[in-house]
Amino acid sequence: MRIFVNGDQREVPSETLAVALNALGYGGKKIATAVNGRFVSATARPATKLNDGDKIEVVAPMQGG
Amino acid sequence: MFSQRAFYGVELKSRLLLGTARYPSPKILADAIAASGAEVVTVSLRRESGSDKSGQSFWSLVRGLGVRMLPNTAGCHTVKEAVTTAHMARELFDTTWIKLEVIRDDETLQPDIFGLVEAASVLSEEGFEVFPYTTEDLVVADRLLEAGCKVLMPWGAPIGSARGLNNAYGLKALRAHFPDIPLVVDAGIGVPSHASAAMELGYDAVLLNTAVAEAGDPAAMAKAFALAIEAGRVAFSAQPMEPRDMAVPSTPMIGKAALGD
Repeated sequence: MRIFVNGDQREVPSETLAVALNALGYGGKKIATAVNGRFVSATARPATKLNDGDKIEVVAPMQGG
Repeated sequence: MFSQRAFYGVELKSRLLLGTARYPSPKILADAIAASGAEVVTVSLRRESGSDKSGQSFWSLVRGLGVRMLPNTAGCHTVKEAVTTAHMARELFDTTWIKLEVIRDDETLQPDIFGLVEAASVLSEEGFEVFPYTTEDLVVADRLLEAGCKVLMPWGAPIGSARGLNNAYGLKALRAHFPDIPLVVDAGIGVPSHASAAMELGYDAVLLNTAVAEAGDPAAMAKAFALAIEAGRVAFSAQPMEPRDMAVPSTPMIGKAALGD
């Protein structure tokens, strides 16, 4: 299944957000996620089914002012 | 007497809130935070790939400093973006505090005050404790308080401009108008005297980043800001004299020797 992760097109197993994140190397990392502009909490990731063309945002802590 | 205005119930000893961006290295960032004595630092969130480690190492660094984190919504231009970013920040940093920025103008990074009030209302309803980055406009301030904010953060000058307090009169009026609300000058500070001036107006704290991060010696500048903020705070408490138009001799004239012809 093709989805967009932080703007880049990626191939992931046709599964849930949690499975996709693991496949993309995010396992165990301190991140927060949104799907199609909506926040998806860590606890909701295993139950969040992905669809072809979904836009995923994955963010991490960063320096800020 | 110092005021005891708390930030959503949190009393801060240090009145310097320090940003974590633009430092030459993580070590210099850590040194500057230590030298500043800041108890609150601002942080943000950005895209990270599965193989990138920078966010994770920043997280380890800042978590180890024992300071309270105030995540921001920097770069957001719409209410939706800011609200979603706040949701992600709350989970990522495990805090209900959010420095709310909704930017309208890219040249001045001036806040979109209409979007700001709307986003503040949404987030306050959801239980966030909102620190809005705003202008010194009294009516906007009033709307933000109505929206549920219990802290206001008017700009001194545009972010990163180092111009100091562009409208000291407006900031003073805001202080007088809202005597019980914690007020923070956020952005535009260039040198410690700017920060001291903000504190002399009776402000509760100063939030700055670039002035320390881009100094030749960030740790030394962080210390200088801490001293200036403390000096300004004590000065406000000591009730400064009012300016006068004409000179008034400080040395008493009574008893002066008559030495003329």
